[in-house]
Amino acid sequence: MVGLSILVILIAVAITGPFVVQSPFEQFPANKLQGPSVGHLLGTDDFGRDILARIVVGAKYSLTSGILAVALGLAGGLLMGTLSGYYGGILDHLIMTVCDILLAFPSVLLAMSIVMVMQPSVYTPMIAVGLSSMPTFARLVRAQFMSLKTSSYVEAVRSSGAGDFRIIFRHLLPNSMGPIVVQATLRMGSSIMLASTLGFLGLGAQPPTPEWGSMLSSARNYIWTAPHMALAPGLAIFVTVIAVNLLGDALRDFLDPRTRDA
Amino acid sequence: MLNYAMKKIAFTVLVLFGAATISFVLLHAIPGDTAQALAGPQAAAADVENLRRALNLDAPYGEQYLNYMGNLLKGNLGHSYRSNKPVMEIVAAAWPATLQLAACSMLVAIIIGLPIGIFAAVKRGRIGDTIAMVVSFIGVSMPSFWLALLLIMLFSVKLELLPFYGIVGPTSFILPALTLGSSTAANIARLTRTSMLEILGQDYIRTARGKGLQDQRVIWLHALRNAAVPILTIIGLQFGVMLGGQVVTETVFSWPGVGRMIVDALDSRDLQIVQGGILILAFTFAVINLVTDLLYALLDPRIRY
Repeated sequence: MVGLSILVILIAVAITGPFVVQSPFEQFPANKLQGPSVGHLLGTDDFGRDILARIVVGAKYSLTSGILAVALGLAGGLLMGTLSGYYGGILDHLIMTVCDILLAFPSVLLAMSIVMVMQPSVYTPMIAVGLSSMPTFARLVRAQFMSLKTSSYVEAVRSSGAGDFRIIFRHLLPNSMGPIVVQATLRMGSSIMLASTLGFLGLGAQPPTPEWGSMLSSARNYIWTAPHMALAPGLAIFVTVIAVNLLGDALRDFLDPRTRDA
Repeated sequence: MLNYAMKKIAFTVLVLFGAATISFVLLHAIPGDTAQALAGPQAAAADVENLRRALNLDAPYGEQYLNYMGNLLKGNLGHSYRSNKPVMEIVAAAWPATLQLAACSMLVAIIIGLPIGIFAAVKRGRIGDTIAMVVSFIGVSMPSFWLALLLIMLFSVKLELLPFYGIVGPTSFILPALTLGSSTAANIARLTRTSMLEILGQDYIRTARGKGLQDQRVIWLHALRNAAVPILTIIGLQFGVMLGGQVVTETVFSWPGVGRMIVDALDSRDLQIVQGGILILAFTFAVINLVTDLLYALLDPRIRY
């Protein structure tokens, strides 16, 4: 519940915030590297830009990168998992081998390989994180489908003449939703983290985009003179990830009866 | 056992082969001229042509692929366009720093994470358990680059106690290892707690307690020994996560390792270096996974299928 409340607040800030705060791009060279004050509640950065405004406007990048990355991973994972778990056979072998290879590749490395091909932008982290979470979802969907497809109610539906498409979308998928939703939420936390990591490394959003990770990256150079620059963006990422993780844990406990009494 | 080991080794080879193939495909997916991209943005037309001929880039893809794999097997990863040195030489120079940091961080993670996990499982449901789990939850959710900056602010800027730039002595390892080890420690603590709880709930533990064994003895001799297999797996898997985190930590602390090398090379579009660095990290990760799998079978005789 705490996680959900924080998330709702964050989403509200991401949507309404940009209309309230000052411009995240407007520079006040006379006021650069200032600590918190009444005019700039979180101080200003190396270009004299308002840090609060940049944090508020930057919220949308972290939130959407989490959501889009998971959506991409889920879409690919569903397709692969369905083909693998429902149809089985040689296709299953092939897809699972590809998944194993991808899983044996740290996601930051995969992301960096992708940046090698495309110029870094706001979208690279989303694509990279999405691709790297596909195998996890594929395995989950496959396991669910394999155990469900032999159950007697699916046999019954099949003998009543339902086609593959109907069985998959009307019966298997709805019944596998629980674990998939939990995994998607938990994955969102790590996606947001990984996306801001790529931003920090300069492999994601480019300046002057107020993405939290890249804000921290420029704060690094002023750690002696203006340490306040590093506090707000890091805290923002931290709180967002905590909120999503809390929500994921709560969902898991709620949907999984084994951990419910633990 | 031999059968199992052969299977795992075959899989490792497959993974490495997959990683090399992915990197070949990606290189050719770069928009524009591959030779130009590899030679670097300011390369002279003659150099681009030389490289094109050396790598046989006009040949059909199948032939190029075989050529590329053959070079890889010979340890030939190409040349850096910036320093003109062989990639293998540059990567080999950076590799030890990466391995040393990884080993130190894993040590930190085990020293912190394991006792916290055991403690939390033993004190299940009590205040100690709650505190331990809140701390590890924070550890998991903390962005490592932020933690690094906070540690630098406290220990280097404010207290002026520890170095944070490159390797200047043994103390240089403290901050990077803490940064890299903390989230791993948190993961190890959470998973150790889970596997200990599972084992503490089993019948033979009740029997051991029933026959009057002391709590300490039950925990250390009976429970932990059987929890060792899942814990070891976790540690092996965490190594991979850590190799990813290594890139960030090395960048923040200007560590002369493979991770920072890749980031720098991406910045200057020195793609041969990027590719070599990624392959060496993938190789390291695959070998660590293999060792974990083999140890796993040695520890638990049931896993020899």
